[in-house]
Amino acid sequence: MHATNDIVLSVEGLKVYFRSEDEIARAVDGVDFEVGRRETVCLVGESGCGKTVSALAVLGLVPCPPGEIAGGRVLFNGQNLLDQDDEALQNVRGRGIGMVFQEPQTSLNPVFTIGEQIAEPLRIHLSLPEAEIRQRSLQLLSDVGIDAPEQRLADYPHQLSGGQRQRVMIAMALACGPELIIADEPTTALDVTVQAQILRLINRLQQSHGMSLLYITHDLGVVSQIADRVYVMYAGVIVETGAAEQIFRGSRHPYTQALLESLPSRKKRGRRLNSIPGAVPHPAYKPAGCPFHPRCPQAIGACREQYPGMCAFDDHHAARCPVAGGRSLTDWCR
Amino acid sequence: MNPEQTAPAVSLEEPLAPKRTRFEESWRLFRRNRMALAGMLVFAIFFFSAVIGLVLTSGSRPLFDPAQVHLPEKLLPPLSAPHTESLKPAERPPLGVYLFGTDDLGRDVFARMLQGAWVSLTVGFVAVGISVAIGIFMGGLAGFYGQRHIRLEQLLVTAALLTGAGLLAAGRRSWGAGLLIIGHAWLFWSISPWGLRHRKTLPAGLGFLRKKTLMVDTIIMRFVDIMLCFPSFFLILTVVALLPASIYNIMIVIGLTSWEGTARFVRAEFLSLREQDFVAAAKALGVSNFRIIFRHMVPNAIAPVLVSATIGIASAILTEAGLSFLGFGVPPPHATWGNILSDGKRFIFDAPWLTFIPGAAILIVVLSFNLFGEGLRDIFNPRLRERNR
Amino acid sequence: MIAFIGRSVIQKIVTLFFVSVVSFAIIHIAPGEPSQVDPLNPKFTPEMVERFRQAFHLDQPLYAQYALFYGDLLAGRTVSWKDNQPVLPKIWERFLNSLPLFIVGTLITWTISFPVGIRAAIFRGGIYDRASTFFSYVLISIPGFFFAYMLIIFVVNQFHVPVIGMETFGMTGTAWFFRLNDRLWHMLLPSILGATGGIAVLSRYVRSQMLEVENQDYVRTARAKGLPWEMVHYKHALRNALLPFVTMFGLILPGLIGGSVIIESIFSWPGLGRMAYEAILARDYPVILTINFIAAVLVLIGTFVSDILYVIVDPRIRL
Repeated sequence: MHATNDIVLSVEGLKVYFRSEDEIARAVDGVDFEVGRRETVCLVGESGCGKTVSALAVLGLVPCPPGEIAGGRVLFNGQNLLDQDDEALQNVRGRGIGMVFQEPQTSLNPVFTIGEQIAEPLRIHLSLPEAEIRQRSLQLLSDVGIDAPEQRLADYPHQLSGGQRQRVMIAMALACGPELIIADEPTTALDVTVQAQILRLINRLQQSHGMSLLYITHDLGVVSQIADRVYVMYAGVIVETGAAEQIFRGSRHPYTQALLESLPSRKKRGRRLNSIPGAVPHPAYKPAGCPFHPRCPQAIGACREQYPGMCAFDDHHAARCPVAGGRSLTDWCR
Repeated sequence: MNPEQTAPAVSLEEPLAPKRTRFEESWRLFRRNRMALAGMLVFAIFFFSAVIGLVLTSGSRPLFDPAQVHLPEKLLPPLSAPHTESLKPAERPPLGVYLFGTDDLGRDVFARMLQGAWVSLTVGFVAVGISVAIGIFMGGLAGFYGQRHIRLEQLLVTAALLTGAGLLAAGRRSWGAGLLIIGHAWLFWSISPWGLRHRKTLPAGLGFLRKKTLMVDTIIMRFVDIMLCFPSFFLILTVVALLPASIYNIMIVIGLTSWEGTARFVRAEFLSLREQDFVAAAKALGVSNFRIIFRHMVPNAIAPVLVSATIGIASAILTEAGLSFLGFGVPPPHATWGNILSDGKRFIFDAPWLTFIPGAAILIVVLSFNLFGEGLRDIFNPRLRERNR
Repeated sequence: MIAFIGRSVIQKIVTLFFVSVVSFAIIHIAPGEPSQVDPLNPKFTPEMVERFRQAFHLDQPLYAQYALFYGDLLAGRTVSWKDNQPVLPKIWERFLNSLPLFIVGTLITWTISFPVGIRAAIFRGGIYDRASTFFSYVLISIPGFFFAYMLIIFVVNQFHVPVIGMETFGMTGTAWFFRLNDRLWHMLLPSILGATGGIAVLSRYVRSQMLEVENQDYVRTARAKGLPWEMVHYKHALRNALLPFVTMFGLILPGLIGGSVIIESIFSWPGLGRMAYEAILARDYPVILTINFIAAVLVLIGTFVSDILYVIVDPRIRL
């Protein structure tokens, strides 16, 4: 992979469970991923696979109760964020790591102006004088492509369109010059044309500010456009990881393959669309062994009994499927 | 990867998550709220004892007689033995002691409490039943038809019918009857098939009758506003003081004056439900309005109504107690807990049990209702459910 | 904005009109002739009854009565039937008695409910939350006068706080300082009693509002920005949670009349609620109708004020 000092965020063995009276929902069940400096890493998966929860867990934003961090480490610049208390985490949030959420309609506070909301992190983290804060805010707004920034500063969120609100969210995340931006499906709630604009914007900003980007999405199209490396998640675990090229050209895990197969394309015109039979398992009632085995065309008996480890295929390309890797039964890729 | 490969070795259809009906799901959520569970339990006990109490104290020779007046027995503390000299064997308390003591007329307080349980329960349920019925009706109308305008002709017909009835009741027979006939004729004409066909071709001069006036929603909400202007307790007091005192009047009055809350909930639910896709889908399938309202929307809107109903029963019981205190409660011989409580206030220093026992009983029952209602509110709150997905 | 105010005022006046009609109708449709005020009084000869009826226009048709009555009311000429005194001055005097009770009670209620409710929401599920929830439920469920009597017995026996009336008999000659002190002592128990019920209800409402707001996405965003704990809760969450209460503030005005009947009866406080109660007992229609009218006016003013406050406070509503 990368040299150790080039890794900005390293998540190891993260487990996030949600307890209710008689069931434990294992939303994130042992997940490892890394983001290197200036890299764009995409975390892909269907709804409910645990990708959002993983992202929230990095910043300690998972509501506990009912959630709990059941294990793992989150290393950011050498520190384990899971060990820090809330006050220490406040220094990381917004400053070292910025986050952009999915729903711009509800993610901005309706009773404060845009200017006030952008100014907050600047005031708290950088302790800038007011005049400079205003300058910075204007600069940020124009960086994210908002017209007439002076006027926008005094506006309230409900006066802006969805796309504009998301730009404001991005501006807020960038405000203090973080090393890493985590974007949780930032374009899902927007129109398609706006989606493209926001995507380009994020890409451009990442290049110009030199940040790392952890982009969470379920849209493989987006992944193909921006990702350097990809992690594919299913039912709370990573099932495949690799460089974008490797995933798209030569994926190994049956789930990834099925996902790619199910994308409509011109070649498949006139034929029935492929889908993956069955349904995503409930996080509290996951099947034994490999979580994908009930829906997997390549499953064998052992898949039902033993939980598979990651099998390396190339540099940086690994998949959690010993069957695909042609491994023997005794060598189940621990 | 060839998508046409053969079926996998492992079956797909094993249901791994247990299937639960909505009721079971709600029950599980409810169970977790211990206070609500306790509330429901106490309510069940109360209900049970009210029914038993009714059986035990009614009839001409009841087991526990609440109406037996024995002045020599008066103001005995709880768990005291009766003075056997002055009592015939049939008149002695069945358990050998006066469980809750006696009141100032020598009546067995335990017997009165048993009888009163059923009466208080009835007052609560009937009053709330009335208020919920009116509330659902008004709220549903406002929510569903709210945006429709009332046409002038409909207004005139309704006015004609109402004034006709009023005049008839006030004694002006001829005018009253005349208006009623006109109103009914118009009504009949507008809904009969013959009338429907001719509706399009009203004579030119009468076209203004089609004009839209106010929205249904506005009217109903104004009506609610008017009702709001009367501080509720004051209103109940006024009406109850003016009407002859009887248990039915009290129930009806409490019911008639407390429907605004339910109406507002139902209206809000209907307004939001109406915009939802399943209503549009049902309409697109050609389902009639009536069916849409009753089969699809009401079950969804029922939740806040249920919550406010349980809490309404609690407050009806409290209101009845308050009215008794002021002297306007249910008249004798019916015993309600409110009655017993307010009767006892004269002897608060000499016979504190006369106040304590009914007061504590009311407190426990009302508390249990409130907790139960809050528990219901918690399970119906969708946000609380989602967090545990 | 002006248009909004204008429309609102007109709507309120229309509502007031309907209210006056409805209350008038209730009084007169209810069984019981007004002249039955004192049928057993031997001094009420038939001629006096007739004069009585004429003086109060009872022999005119209903709509004329309505016009005459409300004309009198607005001009301040209404006279009570019980003792022939003009109604408005009497009401004013009682109003001044009720007012301090109301103000103190409301102050106590609002200053205690908010911290309690907010704390319960922020530390949801903790001991504080569960304890305050339980106490709130008990306070809501207890019959008013039962609780009052318990309190009275306990307090009087322990602390010797006065419980009857507004001031101790014979105080009128003493210096103002002692009178004020005396008044305050007398006011203590009734206002606490009035406040407890209000605290129970309001703090629950504050808590549930706060909880609802805490679940919103923008609170999560605030946290993700790295804002300190106090800022997240007391700036972002609270400001949104308070919105409905600003509007509620206007609606407490009607409580001046409605809530106090029982309390004033128990403590023999000569206030407006008790006056209404006595008037109802005596079927003193002018007084009843006047108080009703005033209550309606208060409600409408209250709703008007809360409408205006709502527009001012919520930036999403700009007219």
